[in-house]
Amino acid sequence: MPDIRAFFWFFDFAGTRETKQVELTGAEIFVRSLVEQGIERVFGYPGGAVLPIYDALFQQDELQHVLVRHEQAATHAADGYARSTGRPGVVLVTSGPGATNAVTGIATAYMDSIPLVVFTGQVPTALIGNDAFQEVDSVGITRPCVKHNFLVKDVNDLAVTIRKAFYVAMTGRPGPVVVDIPKDVATARAEFHYPRRISMRSYNPVTKGHPRQIKKAVELMLSAKRPMLYTGGGVILANASSQLTEMTKLLGYPITNTLMGLGAFPATHRQNLGMLGMHGTYEANMGMHNCDVLVAIGARFDDRVTGNVDKFCPTATVIHVDIDPASISKNVKVDVPIVGPVDQVLKEMLKVLKESKKKPDADAQKAWWKQIEEWRDMDCLKYDHDSDLIKPQFVLEKLYEVTKGKAFVTSDVGQHQMWAAQFYKFDKPNRWINSGGLGTMGFGLPAAMGVQFAHPKETVACITGEGSIQMCIQELSTCRQYGLPLKIINLNNGYLGMVRQWQQFFYDGRYAMSYMESLPDFVRLAESYGHVGMQITKPGDVEPALKEAFKMKDRLVFMDFLTDKSENVYPMIPAGAGQNEMILV
Amino acid sequence: MRHIISILMENEAGALSRVAGLFSARGYNIESLTVAATEDESLSRMTLVTRGTDEVIEQITKQLNKLIDVVKLMDMHEGPHIEREMMLIKVRAAGPAREEVKRLADIFRGRIIDVSDTIYTIEVTGTSEKLDAFVGAITRTDIIEVVRSGVTGIARGERALHL
Repeated sequence: MPDIRAFFWFFDFAGTRETKQVELTGAEIFVRSLVEQGIERVFGYPGGAVLPIYDALFQQDELQHVLVRHEQAATHAADGYARSTGRPGVVLVTSGPGATNAVTGIATAYMDSIPLVVFTGQVPTALIGNDAFQEVDSVGITRPCVKHNFLVKDVNDLAVTIRKAFYVAMTGRPGPVVVDIPKDVATARAEFHYPRRISMRSYNPVTKGHPRQIKKAVELMLSAKRPMLYTGGGVILANASSQLTEMTKLLGYPITNTLMGLGAFPATHRQNLGMLGMHGTYEANMGMHNCDVLVAIGARFDDRVTGNVDKFCPTATVIHVDIDPASISKNVKVDVPIVGPVDQVLKEMLKVLKESKKKPDADAQKAWWKQIEEWRDMDCLKYDHDSDLIKPQFVLEKLYEVTKGKAFVTSDVGQHQMWAAQFYKFDKPNRWINSGGLGTMGFGLPAAMGVQFAHPKETVACITGEGSIQMCIQELSTCRQYGLPLKIINLNNGYLGMVRQWQQFFYDGRYAMSYMESLPDFVRLAESYGHVGMQITKPGDVEPALKEAFKMKDRLVFMDFLTDKSENVYPMIPAGAGQNEMILV
Repeated sequence: MRHIISILMENEAGALSRVAGLFSARGYNIESLTVAATEDESLSRMTLVTRGTDEVIEQITKQLNKLIDVVKLMDMHEGPHIEREMMLIKVRAAGPAREEVKRLADIFRGRIIDVSDTIYTIEVTGTSEKLDAFVGAITRTDIIEVVRSGVTGIARGERALHL
C-alpha cells in the first residue's frame, strides 16, 4: 500500500490535484474548496455559527472577504457580481437571522436564474432540532427559492458537496444553491480532496438542441411574412449575445428584448424595437401582437410580457428556445419547442440558416418594416422637454449621454427601473443589472457594489428612488470601507412612484401610504458616510451635475434629483389587457 | 384526469419535502403519495396520484424532473399498467352482521387478519375503485376505522422504471 500512495503523490506533483490528501478542518476545507473552484471573493457577515470559518478566512489571503452591513446586501452584491461577469457569486452568512436575512437575495437570484452559492452557518449537528440559539431550518426555509440546497452533516462530505453546489448553480438553467454547514462540521477534520469533475445521476442538463427541431424552426423563420424575435435573460446567461446579434442581422428581422434581456442585441441598432411588455414600446408590443412567426429565445413568457395570455400574439406560430423544458408551453402554447443551451442552439441555427437556399421574403419584409416604422413614428417614449421640473426621463437621457452608454447600470424597483430600461440604451450584455422577476427594492446599491468589485475600473451607476434606496442604504458604509466609487442617481419624487401611478389609474387617486414622508437629507447622509452628496433641483443643472459627478473617479457620489412628482411611466399595458391595448401618453 | 406518477429519487433527507413543497407551491393536487426505499437502498420510489388537465400534468412532470433529487419518473398512464392499493378496515361484526361481513370480504377477496368477539379487521387489496366499492358495501355505521396505503403502480410488460 505505501507504494501506491507514493505513486499518487507523484501524480500530484505532476499536476493533477485530484489525489491530494491532507487532513484539514471543515473550515479550512471550505476555504481550500473555494480557492480550488477559482473563487476570488466572498460577500458575507460573521456570526456565532460561522466563527470557525471566519477564523480560517482570517489566516489566509487567497480568498477575499467583503464585509457588508446586512446579509440581504451580501446576496445582492454576489448577485451583481454574477450578473456582470457570468461567474458564480458566493455568500457566507451565519445561522438563524443571518440565513433569513439572506433569503430575499436568494429568492431574487432564483427568479432571475442567477448562479449563486450561499453558505449558511448552522448550529452544531447535536443541537439541530432543539430550538437552539440562532437556529432556523435554513434548508427548509430556502427550499422554495433555490435550485437546490444541502445540509452537510459529515465533514467528509463537505468538499464534494461544495463541488456539487457550484456544478448545480452554474450548469443548465443557473440558480442559487444553499449549503448549510453546522458549526461542528467546520471544526471536525477530514482529508481534503476537491474533485475536479463531478457527475450526478439525477442531474444531467441538456447540452444540445434537437437538430430536426432546429431545422424546422429555421424553415419556419424563413417563410415568415411578419416575423418577430423576442429574447430574454437566457441569452445573456448563456453568453450567446454574439450569436443572437449575428443571426438577427443576417435575417434582418425586428427584435425586442425583455427587461432581463436588454443588451443581448445592441439597443442602438435599427432592428431593435426596444423593450416589450407592460412598459415596453408601442412598436415592440404591436409587432408582437401582429406577427405571424414569433421566435422566443431564452425568454419565459412572463405575465409582465404577455399581458392577457388569451389575447397574446393571436396570429403567431411560436418557436421557443429554452434550456428549461418546464418553461416551454408553461404560459403560452408553443408550436416548435427547442430545449437546449441558447448559445449551442443559436450556433446550429446560424449554420442551418447559412446553408439554406431559401432567403427571407423581401417584399413581405419591406411591408412589415413599413408598418413597424409607422408604429415607431408614434414616438411612444416622448415626454415634456419644456417642463420647469426635472423630468426623470431627462435625467436618464443625460446619464446615457454623459456616460456615453458605457456604464454598468444597476437599478432598484419601480418607476425609475422602467425609465432606466427605456432610456438607457444598452449595446452590450451584462451591463444592465436589475431584479426583474422578484422585483426586489433594495437591490440596486448592493448589486452595484458587486459589479464594482468585479470591474474596478469601470463606471458603475445605480439608478434608484428615495423609496428603494432606503431599503439597503446602510451599504453606503460598505462602499466607504472598500472605496467603491459608485454613482448613485436618486430619482426623488417623494412618492413610491409606481405604487402612486397604480393608485392614480386604478384606485381613483387614493394614495394609500405611497407618499414618502420624513425623508433624510440625502446630501448630508452621504457626507456623513464620507461620500460626496449633491442635490439637483433644476432641469438646467442636470447635465453639469452629472458631468461633475462622473469626473470624480475615486469617490462615491450620491446625486439626489428632485423630480416631477406626478410623472408616470408610459406606455402602459394595464393588467389583464392585451399587448395591443396600451395606454399611451 | 387522474394520473399515477412514479418517481425514482435519491434516498436522501428532505427529498420528500421537495416534492411536497413543489406541489403546494405551484398549487397542484396530491390525492395520495407513498414512498419507500427500493432494492437499491440509495433510491426511493415514490408513487403519486394527482389530477389535472393535460397541460397541468405536463407541467407537473417537467417540474418534478427539474428537482435535482429526482433521477427518473414515469407517468403510468402513458401505457398499460397495474395499480394497487391496500386497505385495512376495522368493522363491527356482531350478531347477524358477522356472517354478512365475512361474505363481503370473500367477495372482494379480502382477508380477515384480526378477529375479536365483535370486530373483524380485514385486509383488501386492489384498485382504489375496488376499495371504494368495499367501503361502500359495508354499512357506514359499522365502520370503525379505515387505513389506506395510497396507490402504488407498475407498468405492464417490458416497460419499467429503473436505472
